[in-house]
Amino acid sequence: MSDATDLVTRARAFVGKPAATPVAARDPVNLPAIRRWCDAMGDRNPVYQDAAAARAAGFDGIVAPPAMLDVWTMSPFRPGGRASTERMQVLELFDAAGFTGVVATNVEQDYDRYLHEGDRVHCTAIVEDVSEEKRTALGVGHFVTLRYEFTDDAGDAVGRMLFRVLKFRPPLAQAATAQAAAVPKSIPHPRPAVTHDNAFFWEGIKARRLLVQCCAACGRLRHPPGPMCPQCRSLEWRTVEASGRGTIHSFVVMHQPRLPALHYPLTILLVELAEGVRVVANLLEAGAQQLQIGRAVALDFVEVEPGYLLPAFRLA
Amino acid sequence: MSGFPRDQAAIVGIGATEFSKNSGRSELRLAVEAVTAALAEAGIDPAEVDGLCTYTMDNNPEIEVFRNIGGRELRFFSRIHYGGGAAGAPLQQAALAVSAGIAGVVVCYRAMNERSQYRFGSGYTPPPLPTAESAHYGYYVPFGLMSPASWVAMAARRYMHEHGATSEDFGRVSVVCRKHAASNPRAWFYQQPITLEQHQASRWIVEPLHLLDCCQESDGAVAIVVTSSQRARSLRQTPVLIRAAAQGAADDQQMMTSYYRRDITRLTEMELVAAQLYAQSGLAAADIDAAILYDHFSPFVLPQLEAFGFAGRGQAKDFIREGNLELNGRLPTNTHGGQLGEAYIHGMNGVAEGVRLVRGTSCNQVPGAANVLVTAGTGVPTSGVILARPE
Ligand SMILES: [Zn+2]
Repeated sequence: MSDATDLVTRARAFVGKPAATPVAARDPVNLPAIRRWCDAMGDRNPVYQDAAAARAAGFDGIVAPPAMLDVWTMSPFRPGGRASTERMQVLELFDAAGFTGVVATNVEQDYDRYLHEGDRVHCTAIVEDVSEEKRTALGVGHFVTLRYEFTDDAGDAVGRMLFRVLKFRPPLAQAATAQAAAVPKSIPHPRPAVTHDNAFFWEGIKARRLLVQCCAACGRLRHPPGPMCPQCRSLEWRTVEASGRGTIHSFVVMHQPRLPALHYPLTILLVELAEGVRVVANLLEAGAQQLQIGRAVALDFVEVEPGYLLPAFRLA
Repeated sequence: MSGFPRDQAAIVGIGATEFSKNSGRSELRLAVEAVTAALAEAGIDPAEVDGLCTYTMDNNPEIEVFRNIGGRELRFFSRIHYGGGAAGAPLQQAALAVSAGIAGVVVCYRAMNERSQYRFGSGYTPPPLPTAESAHYGYYVPFGLMSPASWVAMAARRYMHEHGATSEDFGRVSVVCRKHAASNPRAWFYQQPITLEQHQASRWIVEPLHLLDCCQESDGAVAIVVTSSQRARSLRQTPVLIRAAAQGAADDQQMMTSYYRRDITRLTEMELVAAQLYAQSGLAAADIDAAILYDHFSPFVLPQLEAFGFAGRGQAKDFIREGNLELNGRLPTNTHGGQLGEAYIHGMNGVAEGVRLVRGTSCNQVPGAANVLVTAGTGVPTSGVILARPE
C-alpha cells in the first residue's frame, strides 16, 4: 500500500496552508439574500427581516442568520465547473488518485458577532487535517478537514467553520443500489423457471393441483421433477395428484431477506407428503410456536399475485 | 480407487489481498494482486505460470488473469462449479495436472467483491432462461426460501430434532472461530471475540440460525501456487504436500437443498470426500492434527465432524462441548478464525491457513501439525484436501 502512504504524505503537505485562494464576498450582507435563505430554511425569526423587530430585540437593524456565515463567500455556480482559483488542490490530489466521490460529514460553525447589512465577508480556507485511509460504508476513502476563517473588511474575525469531507472511491455497488432504488415498489413475486421437464408441475399448481411425477415404467414417485427415472432410467412418466396430506419434516422461520408479497416472520415448511415425496411450501395462518416436526398438515393454495398461485399448507 | 498422485504435487506459495467489506478496486485487480503475491512468496516468475484453476463463480477468466500477469503459454485451465464447494477441487486439478506433466506451475485463485458488488446473502433471483439450474430455484425462491442461510437452516432444524443439538451447540462453533480470529491480524474480526451469550442474543436471520451463525460477506482474494514436489524442494518455502484431494456429490444431490434424501441430517457428499481422502492418504481420523472446516454457517460444521469420523453420528455436539475445536483440543479447527471470523473468500482463505499450519507459521499454530484437513462448501457438491508436511 505504498501508493496510499504516498498519497497521504502528499496531501498532508497542504496541512496548515490555504486550501484555495482567499475570497471576498461578491455582495455585501443584504436583505434579499437573507429573505431567500430564511424562506428556504423555514426560519421566521423577525430579527432577520424586520428592522423594527430587530431594534426591539436590541440590534441596530436587521442581522443575518449566523448559520449563513459561509453563504456569503460561496463560489457561484459555474456550469463548466469551478474556476481555477476556487479549486482545492488537496481535494484534486484525491480525485486524481481515484477518490472521486465526495460527501460532507461534519460542519461546525463558531460565531464572533452578528453580521449586519452592508458587512462584506472575507474567507480563507485552510487545510486542517488529512486522515489515513479509512474503510467506510461509502467506500475506501480519506477524511479531509478544512478550517474556514471568516473576517470583515477591517480584517477582524467574524466567525469560523470546520468542514470535513470524505473523499472516497465510489464503489460499483452504488450504481447497482441506485438502480435497485429506481425499481417500482411493485416488484413482481419471483417466478419459477419453467422448462420442458417441470411445466406439468407449475401448470398443475395453476389448477390448484399438486402433481407428483411418477415413473410410467416402475411407478416410483419423484420430486423435484426430472426427465428420467433414477431407479429404472425410463423417460416415460405420468403424474399423480397428491392427496394433500403430509407431515412437517422440517421448517424454518425467515426473518431476512424478505419478499414484498409475503408476511414476515415467514414460516417455510419441508413437508413429507403422504405419498412419500417432500415439497417446500409456506405455512398459512399459524404461528411458529405451534410448530413441531412430525405435525400433520394439509395442502391449500395461496394467490400471491392475481393469477399466480403457490401451494401452501395449513395445520391439519 | 486411490490412484491420486499422493504427495507428488506441493503448495509452494500463498498470497492474498487484505480482507475487507469494500476493496475499492476491481475483482480482476484483486485476483492479479493475490496471484503475483503468491508467486513472489514462492520465488517463481509469473511468466512461468502455465496453469490456472478457479471456481465457475469467479468473475475473473483465466485468460484475463493470465495476460495481466504477463503469462506466455497457458497449458491447463479449468474451473469448478457449485460455489464454495469448489474450495478444494482446484488443488485437485492442479495436483493432477502437475503430476501428469501437463503443467509445471498451476495457480489456484479466488477473488471477489462479494460484499461491495453483490451479496450472496441478499436472496437469489433466478435468471430468465429456463434451464435445469434455474428451474431448481423455482421450488424454493417463490416461497421465500431464497438465501443460503435459509437453505442450511432447513437441514439444521432437522439435525437438532434428530440429534438433540441446540442453537448453543451451533454457537460454540462461532465462538471458537471468533476466538481464533481475535488473534489473527488478517481477520476482519481481529481482537473481537464473542461469547455464547452474544451469539444467543444476536438477531434471527432465519430460525434456527442467528446472525452469529452466519459467516461474513467479504471482499478479497487468495491464491495458491502448486508445482511438483520435486521442484518444491529447491524453492524458498517449506513445501506443503497435497497428500489427498477429492470431490464429492452424492445421493439425490441438490444445490444447497438436498431435502429429498431419506436422511437430511448427513452430508453424504462430504462423507464421500472423507472416504476418498482417507483412502488416498492412508490416513485415518486419528492422524489428522488440525482442520479447516467450511463454516459459511455454523450448523454444518457438526455433520462434517461426523463425516470425517471425528465424532459418531449425532455426537458432534458432544465433541464440540468438550472443547475439541480449541487450540489445545483434539482437533484444533479454523485456527485462522474461519469464514465466521477471518473472511469469506469462498474457502480459499482456509486452504491458505492449512498451508500455514503445515509450515508452522499460523498465528494460532498447532505444534507439530503434520496432516491438516481442509474442507470445501457444505450442502453443495463439495471437495476437500489433506495437506501434509514432507517426512
Ligand atoms: Zn422408473
